[in-house]
Parts: sequence; C-alpha cells; structure tokens
Amino acid sequence: MRLWLVAVGGAGLAALLVAACLRLPGFGGDRHPYGDRAVEAALSRHTANTVSSVTFDQRAFDTLGEMSILFAAVLGSVVLLRQTRDEHRARPEPAAVSRPVRRYALLVLPVALLTGLYVIAHGQVSPGGGFQGGVVAATALHLLYLGADYRALERLRPLAPYEAADALAASSYLVTGLAALLAGSAFLANTLLPYGTFNTLASAGTVPLLNAAIGMEVACAVVVLLAGFLDQAVEIVDEGEHDEHAEHDGGGKTGGNAADGGDHDDSGKRGK
Amino acid sequence: MTETVIVVALLLVAVAATAAVAVRDPVRQSLVLAVLGVVLAVLFTVLQAPDVGLSQLAVGSALTPLLLLLTVRKAKRRGRRAERGRSAGGDGP
Repeated sequence: MRLWLVAVGGAGLAALLVAACLRLPGFGGDRHPYGDRAVEAALSRHTANTVSSVTFDQRAFDTLGEMSILFAAVLGSVVLLRQTRDEHRARPEPAAVSRPVRRYALLVLPVALLTGLYVIAHGQVSPGGGFQGGVVAATALHLLYLGADYRALERLRPLAPYEAADALAASSYLVTGLAALLAGSAFLANTLLPYGTFNTLASAGTVPLLNAAIGMEVACAVVVLLAGFLDQAVEIVDEGEHDEHAEHDGGGKTGGNAADGGDHDDSGKRGK
Repeated sequence: MTETVIVVALLLVAVAATAAVAVRDPVRQSLVLAVLGVVLAVLFTVLQAPDVGLSQLAVGSALTPLLLLLTVRKAKRRGRRAERGRSAGGDGP
C-alpha cells in the first residue's frame, strides 16, 4: 500500500515535471521572458548585478523567508546540540600543529576573511553577495582551528556577541523593510534611498543595506552553527570519558588517538 | 567550443556524483562530496551563473563536508566508547 502510494506520487510528479520542461525556453538562448524583465528592472534601479537586484529588491520578501529559515535552523541546532545534564566539558588539550600547516593556515586566514568581506561589500556590483561572502568569512575564521588549536579559536570567537549579532542582523533586515513602509511605499520596496551612480558601491538604493544585513546574518549564523558542531566534536563528552583515559593509561586500545588525528588532517584539506 | 566545456563539466559532475554514492565510508564520502561541490561550482560558472557557483563553492565544498566530518567524529567517539564499555563489561565478571 505504501509502495503503491509512492509510485503514484512519483509518477504524478514526473508527469508534471516533464510537462513543465516541455514549455521551457530552449537551452542556451540569449532571450528569456523573465530574464529580460529582471534585467530591465535592475538597470532602472542602477543595480549592476541583476542577481542581487532579484534577491534584495524584486524578490526581497523571498530573501526574508530564506533568512528566517536559516535563522530557525541554526536556532534549532543550537538547542539540539546544547550540553545536556549527563555531559560535561573537557578542556581541549593544546594540540601540536606541524609548521607548514600552521604557516599556511595563518597566511590564508586574513586573505580568506578579506575575500569574504569583499564578496559581501560588492554584492550589488559583481557576482556574490551576503550569502556567499558570509559563508566564506565565517569558514575563514575556522582556519585558526587548523593553524593553532581549538582554544585559540574559542578566544577569537566568544559566542555570545555572534549570537546577538545574528539576531540583530535579522531584525535590521526587517527594520529596513518596515522603514520603506513608513516612508509611504510597500514593505521592503526599494524607494528609500537614491539609486546612485550605476556600477559603484553606493548604488542600487537599499540593496547594499539588505545585502550587508544578510552578510552579517549568514556569517554569524554559520559561526554559531559550526561552534555547536565543534563543541560536540571536541569539548563535550558524556560520562564515559573518564573510563577512556583510565583504559589508555592501563595500556588499553590505543587506536583512538590515531583516528582523531586523521580527522584533523581531513578537515585541513577542507579549509581551503 | 562552449558546448564542449559544458559537456565536460556535466560529465565530471556525473562521475563525482556517482563516486559520492558509491563510496561507503562516511569520511571518504565527505571528501568526495567536497570534490563534487567544486565540480558543480565549475558547471554553474560555465553555465554563466557565477552567483550560484560561489554559493556552491562556499557551502558545498567547505561547509557541508566540515559539518559531516565533525558529526562523524562525534559519532565515532561515542560508538568507540560504547563498544569499549561492552567489552569491559564482558571481561569484568
């Protein structure tokens, strides 16, 4: 019965998708009914990057929804990954990092951070924007975990300000939308600021403001999310941890440390 | 010319995606997933969607594999401890 239901649902979905695909414009054409209108609207508001114009101007309300989804997801993981009563925190040991890894990570960290901020700041001019740059900037911070150790990262990244900034950025997006409403036009309408000179940083009206709010929100959300996962993987242990140390001292199974070291190496490749 | 590049990028995506499904070990799988993220970013850029390519590069090739690796590490540690607890219990009495 269940299989039958899945088969019927899948067949219906496939039929609808095929029907929709048959009406799509041809692949690789340079004319597209929706694209032409979006470009026209973007140019009329002096936005060089049409994609940013779509996400932060023409479809700014959709972006509000996406931001809320991310916010709710991070909130959910923070609640799920919290320290429970039968767990305790073990201070992470200072870890030895081989010199090339340390040098490379500390060299790339500022470059990656700057790249992220650049991508956020130029969202209205060139490809990129708050979402992309926010993720880059947030993951760049975690190169410190590879170059030094978890304690250094924790010192650079006190969690409370990031949580507050996350909420602040989310509400500033809302406030910008409400300001347009108060100024006498629609919610999130791009009528508040002058459109400026085309293809400069100060162009496109409220697009840079909303873009910056999203960049801050995404960066803080990713930092908080990764902190939850890192805490679980590195710091928080449940009651059995004492036994583990005892067994190691007593010449128990020693495969564990090698496996942990392997994970470190893997995440090292990821950092790029 | 452009069509050749698109076909090559599509083939690379197909290979990487198949490999991501075929690899069974979660740690290796997350590495293959990172490769798939890079290849997908290339495909999106070739298809003239650099914005999507950038998001794919940041999320698909850095963030998702990192979250997966951290989860695997936590799960493995817990699993090892449970196993050890069981064997210790068996040896004990």
